[in-house]
Amino acid sequence: MSYLNIFMSKDRIIFVTKEDHEAPSNAELIEDDPNDPYEDHGLILPNGDINWNCPCLGGMASGPCGQQFKDAFSCFHYSKEEVKGSDCVENFRSMQECMQKYPELYPQEDDNDSAPSGGADNAPSDSVPTSSPESTPATTENPAAS
Amino acid sequence: MFKCKAVWNKLAPLVRASSTLCLQNARKSVLRHGRRLEMVQKAQMSSGPAGGGGENTLYYVLVGATCLGTGVYAYRTVSGDKERYNERMIDLVNRPKQGPRAAEAVTEVVAGSKEEPVEEPTLTEAPVEEPLVTEAVVEFTESKPVTEPLVEASIPEPIVETLVTESVVEASVPESIIEVSVTEPVAEAPAVTQSEEPLASVVESETKPTPVIIAAHVPEASPVSESAAVSEPAPAAEPVESTAAHSDVPEHAPYLLIGGGTASFAAARSIRARDPGARVLIVTEESELPYMRPPLSKELWFSDDPKATETLRFKQWNGKERSIYFQPPSFYISPTDLAKVENGGVAVLTGRKVVHMDVRENKVKLSDGAEISYEKCLIATGGVPRNLQVIDRAGEEVMKRTTLFRKIEDFRSLEKISREVKSITIIGGGFLGSELACALGRRSTDLGLEVIQMFPEKGNMGKVLPEYLSNWTTEKVRKEGVNIIMDAVVKNVSYKNDKLEIKLKDGRLIETDHVVAAVGLEPSVELAKSAGLEVDSDFGGYRVNAELQARSNIWVAGDAACFYDIKLGRRRVEHHDHAVVSGRLAGENMTGASKPYWHQSMFWSDLGPDVGYEAIGIVDSSLPTVGVFAKATAKDTPKAATEQSGTGIRSESETEAVAVTLKAETTAPPPPVQQKEDYGKGVVFYLRDNVVVGIVLWNVFNRMPIARKIIKDGEQHADLNEVAKLFNIHED
Repeated sequence: MSYLNIFMSKDRIIFVTKEDHEAPSNAELIEDDPNDPYEDHGLILPNGDINWNCPCLGGMASGPCGQQFKDAFSCFHYSKEEVKGSDCVENFRSMQECMQKYPELYPQEDDNDSAPSGGADNAPSDSVPTSSPESTPATTENPAAS
Repeated sequence: MFKCKAVWNKLAPLVRASSTLCLQNARKSVLRHGRRLEMVQKAQMSSGPAGGGGENTLYYVLVGATCLGTGVYAYRTVSGDKERYNERMIDLVNRPKQGPRAAEAVTEVVAGSKEEPVEEPTLTEAPVEEPLVTEAVVEFTESKPVTEPLVEASIPEPIVETLVTESVVEASVPESIIEVSVTEPVAEAPAVTQSEEPLASVVESETKPTPVIIAAHVPEASPVSESAAVSEPAPAAEPVESTAAHSDVPEHAPYLLIGGGTASFAAARSIRARDPGARVLIVTEESELPYMRPPLSKELWFSDDPKATETLRFKQWNGKERSIYFQPPSFYISPTDLAKVENGGVAVLTGRKVVHMDVRENKVKLSDGAEISYEKCLIATGGVPRNLQVIDRAGEEVMKRTTLFRKIEDFRSLEKISREVKSITIIGGGFLGSELACALGRRSTDLGLEVIQMFPEKGNMGKVLPEYLSNWTTEKVRKEGVNIIMDAVVKNVSYKNDKLEIKLKDGRLIETDHVVAAVGLEPSVELAKSAGLEVDSDFGGYRVNAELQARSNIWVAGDAACFYDIKLGRRRVEHHDHAVVSGRLAGENMTGASKPYWHQSMFWSDLGPDVGYEAIGIVDSSLPTVGVFAKATAKDTPKAATEQSGTGIRSESETEAVAVTLKAETTAPPPPVQQKEDYGKGVVFYLRDNVVVGIVLWNVFNRMPIARKIIKDGEQHADLNEVAKLFNIHED
């Protein structure tokens, strides 16, 4: 049972139980425009390009090995091979070489492809290509649209 | 004549209808008009081409004479110039190397056609001031006499070769004023580098003792001598000495970021992500690399590591450790390498303050006299803590025992003091004051420290939270061991018997050893005057538009920016996430996007492990509010939130938007906790004209996207309980 508590004229307080909130909401939300130029996008832009400025990448695209990272990831993204990215070995290799020069920034873990964690900024703990970046930003951006 | 008749006809009925006098008058006036018309006609007729014959001759003579005179003058000037040019060339070849005073600078002129802003760079005048003597003789289609030292030419065709080639390939850069100067005897030629930024490709040539003469295409052998060196305007003082002193200061930075805090770093990252190979220079008066501020009043105090104060690293609930520095030193390149390194990078110049900004010349001057030119500039100077007037005036002994908390050194100093004194008083009941009070309160029992917090409001966060939540918060802070004094207006602070005595307006006296003043932030707008930037009178800070731009090529982000928020109106926000969002946006706009402030930033506060909330938008307790609450379980605490989302700091799960799907943890259900408080968890809506402009998520986490959406919509919702349902406050 919920009850209204007219505490003060300015601040209203409503207490609700779980049952009160069981029925789905009838509040109307405006449909989001997926092509809204103002919106921040997830990892993949509406036109299919990679959003290098995505916070999810941490500092990967902007650090000293940023160029190598961009090359490798772009190659992977646009790769049409059966095993996606199999034609990008060279790029990934040079990226790794670069990253080995900055162990502080890109600590070498067991999973060699993993992004830096801990000392550097917080990037995804599992390797970027294998995570599902597209879905996550979508869910975080448009939870109500589901 | 016909017209006359028509008029007359029209008037006739009118005339008839009126009296005789009127009639006579009318007639008279009509006749007069008629006569005038006739006269006009005659006049027109008389002004025909058939003027007097004598006048014509005179006319022709005059015109002829003028032409002749012009021709003679032009010839004289050209030949005079030619002579002078030849003399000068001889002079230059013969002149030996001399000291700076006698140096002669030869400047060249960069193509700058006024009508085509895009094609050629706009040029600058010879930056040579005394003691350098400038001479540039330019002549082109319009023969201008040589003006010294200022020379401007509109050149039809660009001067090729060692010319500053255009940056304006992308229309994003309307003008790049690149000053070019060569001081003859100065051996320190700025590094000859080939930089390849798309935005500003500056081709430099070796600076030689004798200027390189590049004959322009113009046939007249016009003495356009130039050596282009991309650099920076030599400071007015003796060039040799100054270059030695400022040897670590680059003379030019395509992207110059003033201030080395959160907004600046976010912008640097954004620029580097969007502009491959960008060269970014951060100039900060602090001696530290960019770091984040929130842990200084939260996590660092709760850390178990005794070395945390030194290393500034802290372990979070889930064991994940990080430093408050955004990046370790190896991320950055040295300022001297900035122009040379192949793929560009971010360089940080510490311990230097920008004291003067010359917007016309696109350059800034540092506290040590060095000058840096830029193409795009971001001002992210943040602010300095405000002090109470009574403390300011109270004398040195009081000031010595007062902390204005903002930087790393303030944290370290306060941490040390907390171990040494017996009593600390915090003045201020807002975010910083309350967080520090909680942090110190937790240590109070271990250290035998008395912690007092005083503020003029009725409860902690009194200006932010509605009264019932503010009261609840105050209770929590009390439980952390803080002695709270409300309705406290400080009248006087004095130093007596080795203690500080605080006298309140209502007469109460509080004795303490040390004071922390957390009474607000004064935005740093010292550059407004020299740069000609507007300062906002309502909110303080630099006034910028929705795209965070103050003037062409100048953006402002972070605490110092008073910006136009399309949804919520003009405001200035002093929160960490806003610094990140606005810094990132400014970086995007500096690299060509034209996006307004749209992604609403959020903020949060953790007053200890049990009280936590996130908020977004305008959260002002003077607005009417509607709060929807449920009962809280033990799962609804900040600690639980970090464990569940698997991220380090709760702040990161929001701001860094890690691309990791949140996994539901299969932990054993917690034992049922009886919470006495009614406001365990819920949502509070702040309304302005019935539209939700602010939301506080009270002990409800990871729902920020929904809150952001509601504010973005800006709709008038009839029933806010329905809106509250969207948050699923009963779930985890």
